[in-house]
Amino acid sequence: MSAAVDASDGNSMRDDLAKTVDRVFEEHCDKPVREAAEDGKWPAGLWSALEEVGLARAALPESAGGADLPFGDAMHALRRSAYHGAPVPLAETMIAGRLLVAAGLKVPQGALTVAGGRPGEKLEIAAGKLSGTAQRVPWGGDCRQIVVAATESGKAMLALVAAEGALQATEKNLAGEPRATMQFKSAQVIASAPLANAAERMLLEGALCRSVQMAGALEHTLEYGIAYANERVQFGRPIGKFQAIQHLLAVLAGHAAASSAAADAAVEASAAAPDEFMVAVAKARVGEAAGKGAEIGHQVHGAMGYTREHNLHYVTRRLWSWRDEFGNESHWQVRLGRMVAAKGADALWPTLTGG
Amino acid sequence: MHQFRFEPIRLPPAATEMRKRVRAFIAEEIAGGAFTPSRNSWSTYDAAFSRKCGEKGFIGMIWPKQYGGHERTSLERYVVTEEMLAGGAPVGAHWIADRQSGNQILKNGSDKAKAEILPRIAAGQCFFAIGMSEPDSGSDLAAVRSKATKTDGGWKISGTKVWTSNAHRANFLIALVRTSPKEEDRHAGLTQFIVDLSHPGVTVRPIYNLYGGHDFNEVVFDDYFVADDQVMGGVGMGWKMVTGELAFERSGPDRFLSTYQLLAESIRKLGPAPDDRAANEIGRFVAHLATLRRMSTSVAGQLQKGAQPNVEAALVKDVGTTFEREIPETFRHLIPTEPTLARGDSYPELLGMTMLRAPGFTIRGGTREILRGIIARGLGLR
Repeated sequence: MSAAVDASDGNSMRDDLAKTVDRVFEEHCDKPVREAAEDGKWPAGLWSALEEVGLARAALPESAGGADLPFGDAMHALRRSAYHGAPVPLAETMIAGRLLVAAGLKVPQGALTVAGGRPGEKLEIAAGKLSGTAQRVPWGGDCRQIVVAATESGKAMLALVAAEGALQATEKNLAGEPRATMQFKSAQVIASAPLANAAERMLLEGALCRSVQMAGALEHTLEYGIAYANERVQFGRPIGKFQAIQHLLAVLAGHAAASSAAADAAVEASAAAPDEFMVAVAKARVGEAAGKGAEIGHQVHGAMGYTREHNLHYVTRRLWSWRDEFGNESHWQVRLGRMVAAKGADALWPTLTGG
Repeated sequence: MHQFRFEPIRLPPAATEMRKRVRAFIAEEIAGGAFTPSRNSWSTYDAAFSRKCGEKGFIGMIWPKQYGGHERTSLERYVVTEEMLAGGAPVGAHWIADRQSGNQILKNGSDKAKAEILPRIAAGQCFFAIGMSEPDSGSDLAAVRSKATKTDGGWKISGTKVWTSNAHRANFLIALVRTSPKEEDRHAGLTQFIVDLSHPGVTVRPIYNLYGGHDFNEVVFDDYFVADDQVMGGVGMGWKMVTGELAFERSGPDRFLSTYQLLAESIRKLGPAPDDRAANEIGRFVAHLATLRRMSTSVAGQLQKGAQPNVEAALVKDVGTTFEREIPETFRHLIPTEPTLARGDSYPELLGMTMLRAPGFTIRGGTREILRGIIARGLGLR
């Protein structure tokens, strides 16, 4: 591994985990697997290898079937999955697990996804049945069960429902990952419990994971760029010897480094529950870096990176998708801006410095 | 390929305590009328304020007590610097001595220099200028032509330095000069000297900046005598020392807080309930600022451990100064106003000053282009 952005934090347990995770992806996430996934074929081999390592639930408490792994380590593993452009609902299963534990519910086996966290979505529970429509549910058609942020008599609830029978249509995001429309018509609720601000909590968990994933994808974008600039020869020398290319990659490195820092800070602040301010900072900052970074990554690769053959697009198409999921930059910037303005200019510095 | 490291850093309780102390000090000074929060903190020269900082132990914080220092950590020092900048305190007089010159002397100065100069810097009574650039040597520092020739008990320096901030009021300057002719290795043969600016034989001429301010100077040495004990490190060690201090010079909060006052004033002006467009821009800057602080404190943590994170520092400065420059460009759209040259505290005055200072942010301390070259080298492209 020749990471340009070292996110290991000098933590050897985390390094070991990252190595294990990298091995899983190197063995089970090759080009045919990624292509088949985009054609709608569930990457069963990859997913079961991840389940074997216990990654999706590792950060949950032992009582919930987890391994009490530090949250930061689990997020680092998620970041590696994104670095590899892995077409699996790892983030979604992690989010679902965190939410279920927060609501005091049992975490079922298998791949899970989440619905109801999109602003404006209305999913309601009445007499143990769930009704309503959720848009662009990640892997909605591939997971047996869905964790839903809903309301019951106006009260925020978290519910677990079966996906079966709810799938209306499946679209794809720009990376070819399935995003499903799920319509629940008095679907049987398997389990439910009150969870304060369930939809908001889901949105925050999602934004946090997408920030971490984008940081991983940007790291790979930078590495692809450096490798290509050093091997592609034009005018008698590697293009990386040209100042124009060097400066492009230096700017990309700045975005990658800032993304790492922002994502790390949000993860650190969110071990128990997502920290609204830091998650907003991360999703806004990393989302901006995603667009600018992907643009540079492609510019450096010229026509080669514009092909399906080159692997660059497995990470850049994810960047272009993830920056819009769980709230785009504007969503989080406006929220941050309002938070800061409401407290007043003199409170900004204490807010930034933690008191 | 270099691995960028931005390890997370947790500020120790001592740093939190220090933050309280420095905040209380700044509040007291403002209340006592010592200064109005400045719009240009580390370019504002105020010797009386620096002396008070010295009395309070806010200068030379990481140096040994033997030399007037306070044996505190880099992180405590970091907190003091960022609080001073965010508070708009006029720290310009002691800034260079505290940030880099003093550290250089501590590491490379003669025993005499350490014993005589460091305690005065720490007391806020002795100020420094940087003598690196020359008329024909800006980004290409190894092209310096000032030269020193050996004489009895010391050296005679001849040559011209430019863009020398505060040379007209600083006590000393650390000059990078050539002590042997240029060879194939153009970085060889350079030496740093501590130059006492109070002796006759040095001419300091002002160079006014485009804002009309007098920070810069041209400094001309004509066979200017410097004693042997004012050689830094060793003869021929200049290049190594100059590059060794870059991480201190480039990674600090002064590389992204230059326009913090304009950001805060803009937020004040846009009020407690800004529209979406304004909230969006405020939020974007806050996201950038929070991230930059994290990157910068991480470098401070690495410096504390004795590492030399030059590439990380270049990244902080490149990303940080880009951020600083965007602030006036964005708020001029949100708060329609015509910036003015008048000196004062009103918004058009603040905006005008910031705009005319801004071109310097991405030049001083290493241009954006030089930084990107350093980063590219770190990436394995050069």
